Amino acid sequence: MSVDLVLFLVLALVAIATALGMLLSRNAVYSALFLVLNFATVAVFYILLSAPFIAMSQVSVYAGAIMVLFLFVIMLLGTENLPPSRSLPWQRPVAFVLSVILAGEAGYLLFVRKTASGAVPEAIETFGSPVAVGRALFNEYLLPFEITSVLLLVAMVGAIVLTHKEKGER
Amino acid sequence: MVPVAYYIALSAILFTIGVLGVLIRRNPLVIFMSIELMLNAANLVMVAFTRIYVVLEGQIFVFFVMTVAAAEVAVGLALIVAIFRTKRSIDIDEMNSLKG
Repeated sequence: MSVDLVLFLVLALVAIATALGMLLSRNAVYSALFLVLNFATVAVFYILLSAPFIAMSQVSVYAGAIMVLFLFVIMLLGTENLPPSRSLPWQRPVAFVLSVILAGEAGYLLFVRKTASGAVPEAIETFGSPVAVGRALFNEYLLPFEITSVLLLVAMVGAIVLTHKEKGER
Repeated sequence: MVPVAYYIALSAILFTIGVLGVLIRRNPLVIFMSIELMLNAANLVMVAFTRIYVVLEGQIFVFFVMTVAAAEVAVGLALIVAIFRTKRSIDIDEMNSLKG
């Protein structure tokens, strides 16, 4: 067992455990914090897959910005705990069966059909480095990059318009 | 180097947990977090395939997925706040009418 494999297995266990913790914890704040830990472990996976730029943006965008926004909204609304409601009693078992079917399909494609059994090539030193990603982003993919900025602007305006209070409204 | 199939298996597990979260949870914020988990699993598989085929385009695409996810979260949370203002509750079972 190489060091990489041990690191991968430990982190995979952490990732699955935190995802399950996000799913099962009753309090939404705990869910958000479990998800932050999950994003951090996935960032380490990105580094192992020689994508350091993606790992850094994962930490700053997902674990930083997005989850802070989530925590803000959870605490703003004060809806950490919702009372359990049982309007559709058959929903939960059906959801479990469907998820098991989905996982089975993925496992079939992966291990029986061997979709991704290709050998891993040796990493080139500069592959996935911020310099290489930046070059590609600002040369070949400049137009999508600019469109992304417009998208973020539209999302920002939309969020402000949706939460804006009219004058006289309480 | 860990076989890339392990990463793909892990992201399949994470994606399934996300689907399960969307199906069984009642709190729309937790449902949103599950959607983020699914997006993240898709990103992980994309970076893993980038590593197999040694092409940079996968990482560029993951970057764009991240920005779109940020935009989606901003608008979605604003919608949840707006729904909470009108209904005084965000239970997903009570969101059954289009009229506010």
